[in-house]
Amino acid sequence: MKYVDEFRDPPVIVRLARELAHIVEPGRTYRIMEVCGGHTHAIYRHGLRDILPPSIELIHGPGCPVCVLPTGRVDDGLAIVANPGTILTCFGDMMRVPGSLGTPLEHKARGADIRMVYSPLDALRIAQENPQHHVSFFAIGFETTAPSTALTLLRARELGLTNFSVFCNHVTIVPAIRAILESPDMRLDGFIGPGHVSTVSGCRPYEFVPRDYGKPLVVSGFEPVDILEGVLMVLRQLRAGEAKVENQYRRIVPWDGNPAALRAIFSVFELRPYFEWRGLGFISQSALKIRSEFAQWDAEARFELPGVRVTDPKAAQCGEVLKGVLKPAQCKLFGRECNPEHPVGALMVSSEGACAAYYRYVHHADPVFA
Amino acid sequence: MCLAIPGQIVELSQDKPGFAKVEVTGVRRNVNIGLLEDEKVGIGDWVLIHVGFALSKIGEAEAQDQLRMLRAMGEDELAIDEVRGYTFAEPAT
Repeated sequence: MKYVDEFRDPPVIVRLARELAHIVEPGRTYRIMEVCGGHTHAIYRHGLRDILPPSIELIHGPGCPVCVLPTGRVDDGLAIVANPGTILTCFGDMMRVPGSLGTPLEHKARGADIRMVYSPLDALRIAQENPQHHVSFFAIGFETTAPSTALTLLRARELGLTNFSVFCNHVTIVPAIRAILESPDMRLDGFIGPGHVSTVSGCRPYEFVPRDYGKPLVVSGFEPVDILEGVLMVLRQLRAGEAKVENQYRRIVPWDGNPAALRAIFSVFELRPYFEWRGLGFISQSALKIRSEFAQWDAEARFELPGVRVTDPKAAQCGEVLKGVLKPAQCKLFGRECNPEHPVGALMVSSEGACAAYYRYVHHADPVFA
Repeated sequence: MCLAIPGQIVELSQDKPGFAKVEVTGVRRNVNIGLLEDEKVGIGDWVLIHVGFALSKIGEAEAQDQLRMLRAMGEDELAIDEVRGYTFAEPAT
């Protein structure tokens, strides 16, 4: 067990571990998906798999924005900056995501003007300071991030900026959860719901999970205590034959989310009919598109983009790992061609990606790879 | 990616409506408070910050929880770098 000294309330961890060991039914196995990449990172970092009874398997979900972005969209973003006089801005996570012809960082090294920003408002400022250039922001993220992009677009309109656009790749988590529940190779018993996404969306959007699929979902925080308690709450429901949405992360997540943030999202974005997710394929109404009133700030309306579907490198099995069918180390490229220094697939890029987290915290300790 | 950073509001500036100066472990930057329009925010309040925007108002104990969580995740320095990197409301250099 790692980093024990950083745990809040070690005695509480011990109590939770005991209770978990006690509540599992002999002979039964449990497959619980943690939807959010932040949870995946925390689970590996804190070695929580070692605390859980062996009959509980945690399946890593699709809640990592760069991990689910298909290669073709990376190529489209990079096609924007191929236009003369264009500056492309993106979050740090995006810089190392491989497109067909390399990552944004590699394109930058070859001379493309690609700049890392910490906020979409920084991209807006670059546009204001560079009136001779067109500045495009490569927007990614779930409900946590979409409101910020929305307010940035509203601000661009207010300022009457003509040299700024957003390449929108925002996705929403609920349709992805539904797609996973509909997938024939997914046998799940319950979910740990995302924490910070839910500060915006609230808990209500998950009500279809127990209602339509009879599975429990518990929105949880990110500390070891939170995650273990979330798993325990799922197991208590299963034990009692119940299925409902519960909120373990009440100290941060209001049941109704942030209505102002939701209003911002819907004033600027509408749902796309469908969007491709790496590993999960096309999912209907799972992503946001900029409304036509904002077309002049929509990079997809302003630029000719290839829009070509690009399949992942044949040997990479990101899709299977994303769906939890394979463990990271079972992929043929894991730790060999694909590693955090040279990621082949996006799951190896972000600290929230299952492969990067597994590589960092488990791989070196795993005797199989020693 | 969904890094949520706790910060305390130290200044509501008159010349920048919609922004508030927050302090995150000694670093002071302006963040946008447009997503908190349904809530009253004032000096001394704690907020959760994501990509330059205050996402929600939280209690002080919750803010300390979040800080400890970031440290435990090894993401505290990343968070400070991010806050330091918010240049959108700072004077031009």
